[in-house]
Amino acid sequence: MSDTQYAYAVARIRSKELSLLNTQALEQLLSAKDEEECLSLLHSRGWGDAKSYDSPEKMLEAEREKTWALLRELLDNLSDFSVFFYGNDYHNLKAAIKTVYSDTDPQGIFLSGGTVEPQTILQAVRERDYSLLPEAMRAPAQEAFDVLLHTGDGQLCDFILDRASLVAVKNAGEASKNDLIREYAELTVAAADIKIAARACATGKPLSVILRALAPCDSLSVEELAHAAAQGQEKFYQYLHTTPYADAQDALRESVSAFERWCDNRILRAIRPQKYNPLTIGPLVAYYLARENEIRAVRMILSGKRNHLPEQSVRERLREMYV
Amino acid sequence: MDKMGIVFALLGAVLGALMAGVGSARGVGLAGEAAAGVVTEDPNQFGKVLVLQLLPGTQGIYGLLVAFITLSQIGVLGGNADISLAKGLLYFLACMPIAVVGYWSALRQARASVASIGLVAKRPDQFGKAMIFPAMVETYAILALLVSILAVFGIGGINV
Repeated sequence: MSDTQYAYAVARIRSKELSLLNTQALEQLLSAKDEEECLSLLHSRGWGDAKSYDSPEKMLEAEREKTWALLRELLDNLSDFSVFFYGNDYHNLKAAIKTVYSDTDPQGIFLSGGTVEPQTILQAVRERDYSLLPEAMRAPAQEAFDVLLHTGDGQLCDFILDRASLVAVKNAGEASKNDLIREYAELTVAAADIKIAARACATGKPLSVILRALAPCDSLSVEELAHAAAQGQEKFYQYLHTTPYADAQDALRESVSAFERWCDNRILRAIRPQKYNPLTIGPLVAYYLARENEIRAVRMILSGKRNHLPEQSVRERLREMYV
Repeated sequence: MDKMGIVFALLGAVLGALMAGVGSARGVGLAGEAAAGVVTEDPNQFGKVLVLQLLPGTQGIYGLLVAFITLSQIGVLGGNADISLAKGLLYFLACMPIAVVGYWSALRQARASVASIGLVAKRPDQFGKAMIFPAMVETYAILALLVSILAVFGIGGINV
C-alpha cells in the first residue's frame, strides 16, 4: 500500500482517538472509591462488552480485541504489525519447551496474538519437528530445547529465546518501510539490552553470559555494553552516559519498574508526532501502541483498587498518555 | 508544417483540461477516502468533510475553462481554424500554467484537505480554520488560471 492509501484508515483513527483515555480520565478512575466504581466508569465510556461486565480481565481482553478488529478492518494484512507479534511467539515457544521438558499440562500458559498458533509450536517441540515453525524460530527453538535437555538450565534457555525474540523484532523493524516501526523496534531492543545488562550487572553475571543474552542493536554497542556491565555498576552507568539513553540512568538507579516506565514513556514520546500525520501507516501504529498503553494503565489502576493501594502509589506507576 | 499551428494549439487545450482534471480526480479521490473514514465514525460530520473533499476539485474546472476558451479562440468550436505554427505554439504555452500548476496544486491541496479532515474529525468546531489551510493552495491554481486566460485572450491580437 502506498502512503496515500492510508487516508481512509487514518481519518477513522483520528475519530477513534477522541475516545482514548487522557490524563484527566485516568485521574477520574484513580479517584473512584473502589474497583467496581472504576469498572462502572469504564463501561460508561464504552469499555468492554456484555460478556465482560463483571470481569476486569475479560474487559481488558475485549478492548484489545476491539483494537485488533479495527486494524484488521482497516488493513489488507497485518504484516506491518508483525513487530508486535514476535514477543508472543517466543513466549509461547518458551512455554512449549518448558512444558515438554517438564511433561506438564500446557493449559492456560500460551498467549494469543502471535504469528504462529501455539498448538503448532507445541507440536513442533513435542515432535522435534522444527520445520513446522517459521525459519527464524527453528534454530533458537532447537538450541534452547537442547540446552534445557542437556543442562537443565532454564535461565540459559530463556536467554536464548529472549535474544531470538529481540532479533526477530529488530529484523522486522529493519524490514519495515515505516520510520515509526523502525524506531519502535530499535527502542524495544535497546531497552531490553539495557535491562538485561543492568540485571546481569546487579547479579554479577560473567561477560560470556551477558554477551550471549544481548541482541544486536544499532544505537548501542553490544560489546561495550556487555564489557561495561561485567565490570560493575559504575562502568555500566558510565557507558550508558555515552549512549542516546543517558537519561535512563536515574530510572535504572531507582528500580526496574521505573526503567520500564521510562521505556514506555520514551516510546509514547516517539509516537506522539503521529497525531499530526495525515497519511502513512504511522498513525495506525501509534493508535495501537496508545491503546496498549491505555489498557496497561487501566490494569494498574484496577489492580491498585483491588489491592487497596494508595492513589499516589498507583499514580507513580502510570505512564504518559498519547492524548 | 503550415498545418501544425492548430495541432499545437489543440494539444495545449487538451493538456490544460487533462492534467488539471487528472490532478483534481486524484485529489478529490484522496480527500474522499479520508472523508469517508470520518463519516464512518461520525456521520454528523458529512457536510463539513464534503466541503473539504471538494476543494481539490476546482483545478479540473479551471482546466476545462481554459481548454474551452482556447478551443473557441482557435476556431475548433466554429470559425476559422487556420492558425500559424507560431501562434499554435503560443496557445500551447498559454495553456501550460493551468496544466502544470493545476495538476500539482490539486495533489498538494488534497494532502492539505486530508490533514484538515483529520482536524475536523478531532475538533469539529474548528471547521472554519481547517478550511483555510487547503484553501491557501487554491491561490496558486487561481494565479495560473489568470495567466492562462490572459495569455489565451492576448494571443488572438498578436499578428504572427
